[in-house]
Amino acid sequence: MTAPLLIFGYGNPSRGDDALGPLLLQRLETLNLPHLELLTDFQLQVEHALDLQNRERVLFIDASISCTAPYAFSRLRPQKDASYTSHVMSPMAVLHAYQELYGKPPLTYFLKVRGKSFELGEPLSSEAAANLEAAFELLQKLCAKSSLPEWEQFVTVFDSSVLPR
Amino acid sequence: MPFELETAANPDNLQRVVIEPVTRVEGHGKVTLLLDADNRVHQARFHIVEFRGFEKFIQGRPFTEVPVLVQRLCGICPVSHNLAASKAMDMIVGGTPPPAAEKLRRLMHMGQILQSHALHFFHLSSPDLLFGFAADAGKRNIAGLVADFPDIARQGIALRRYGQEVIRLTSGKRVHGTGVIPGGMSRNLSQDDRDYLLKEIDQVLRWSLDAVKLIKTIYSEHADLYNGFGSYRSSFMSLVREDGAMDLYHGGLRARDEHGQTIFDHVDYSRYWDYIHEEVKSWSYMKFPFIRSHGREEGWYRVGPLARINNCDFIPTPLADAERKTFKEFGGGSATHATLAYHWARMIEMLHAAEAIEELLYDDDLLSDDLLNTGERQLRGVGVIEAPRGTLIHHYRINEDEQIVRANLIVATTHNNQAMNEAIRQVALQYLDGQQLTEGLLNYIEVAIRAFDPCLSCATHAVGKMPLEVELIDAEGVMTQRLIKDSDGRYRT
Repeated sequence: MTAPLLIFGYGNPSRGDDALGPLLLQRLETLNLPHLELLTDFQLQVEHALDLQNRERVLFIDASISCTAPYAFSRLRPQKDASYTSHVMSPMAVLHAYQELYGKPPLTYFLKVRGKSFELGEPLSSEAAANLEAAFELLQKLCAKSSLPEWEQFVTVFDSSVLPR
Repeated sequence: MPFELETAANPDNLQRVVIEPVTRVEGHGKVTLLLDADNRVHQARFHIVEFRGFEKFIQGRPFTEVPVLVQRLCGICPVSHNLAASKAMDMIVGGTPPPAAEKLRRLMHMGQILQSHALHFFHLSSPDLLFGFAADAGKRNIAGLVADFPDIARQGIALRRYGQEVIRLTSGKRVHGTGVIPGGMSRNLSQDDRDYLLKEIDQVLRWSLDAVKLIKTIYSEHADLYNGFGSYRSSFMSLVREDGAMDLYHGGLRARDEHGQTIFDHVDYSRYWDYIHEEVKSWSYMKFPFIRSHGREEGWYRVGPLARINNCDFIPTPLADAERKTFKEFGGGSATHATLAYHWARMIEMLHAAEAIEELLYDDDLLSDDLLNTGERQLRGVGVIEAPRGTLIHHYRINEDEQIVRANLIVATTHNNQAMNEAIRQVALQYLDGQQLTEGLLNYIEVAIRAFDPCLSCATHAVGKMPLEVELIDAEGVMTQRLIKDSDGRYRT
């Protein structure tokens, strides 16, 4: 049976702070929480739309060089953007592909965790390590609460870039 | 004329157009064009602007970790690096994998070929091919494809997912799999997993066949455009089996020149450096390999689907071989040199991968527990496979403590470096020379590069890190216009 909550953390574990998404997933794994599935990949692509099927809620986690520290938590809407033209897609574009192909997507949130350095072979930076701790605290709270209003109270940014045009 | 337009005679007096990064390309590349006041092209270059540092990343690591580590070099073809490194490690542990292990690896590799080719064709290239190279940029993407050709978009997603499932079940995980180990495999395929994959293989075959039909139709209907677009003649290199068959997992190196004459054949790849040399150029981080016997100027070559289809004597699966014959007949019986013929060749290979998966799934060896061989330890290992984009070479040397002391990787995109530069020069001459530049025209350059499906191996994708920047600099060196496209697709000046 498909778990109602999907948490999808993505990034390359060997590229410095790009590991933030997969590392947060590793932390969550140790908690053995019910009713959720944890998935990871290097990057998002269009077939990940299939992972969203039959979910009640989805949370993407990624490292970000541009968000506020320690993290930004927002609600996502489907959005057609230029990431369609790359080997790498944004979560908004994955939602848009889902909407076009399969109908209304599940409620989706995006946790961007601030990173600093993304070079191959680098360890996590000290700043990112601190941000990871803060993000993990948030994740624990989110996993402990199930209602939509409860999740909404943790939203840190109303990001106009994720609204439909 | 391989090096015409590589370096302008008087670059200081020319305006510069920079396309950075090239979209629908993995990693970070850029194109620069130097134009005079009449927009005539004097120089065209495809640059790699990021130093990858792979070899340094691997040095000092225990060799047993390498097959897993190298998967992190590239987010789009981790399986190819995993397999090439593992073949090198087979040499180091002195063990040829037992037949069951080799078949499991082949199955994994065919899953990788299927998913990678599906991504490239359905989601990165078909928007150009179906809507036109200069069509509205807002439509020329997968979103436009989904809106106007939903069945094709769905098939692309399903094919890619099927390939990923083959990888997951053979490697043990969706990503960072540990199924392949030096000397063999750590796991077989369960009966349940085999049955699960068999359930969909007929559909995968049908869709793959439809994809060949689609590109064949598109190509045939625009034969003059497709044959001439960014085209030139070149040598080709690929692995072939002992009997001359296409073999994407193992074989000897074969190179043929632009006239189809054999340069070398059935070469043992463990001494590839006797045949290939890598040249460094000051303006690019990516090396320029060439065939030693033909020298720097004449020895460059192409790898990848087009090279493999042209080089092999036959494809060892019936449907794909029939399509190969049609492809050859279309090209007049000899190697087809058109840049855009890569797309057609790629879909024939995807069909071959689907057929090979079916064949392997009916082989009971996949269920065997005889999966590992080891022998006398060696200090050097070379592994070569035909990755989706072309020949992939991994070369390692270890010390007595079993740590990597030296590594050399030649990826398909590096082999194709000179060829991609040549393609953009041809397109610049054909379509841009003397013209007012538009987004549509600049996309022509990208269409030529994308035919190779270059993978510049940058798995970093942190939000906000990949803007597109185009600068126009006048003949006095002053920037007159700048347009930036952010990673969310919004434009600003």
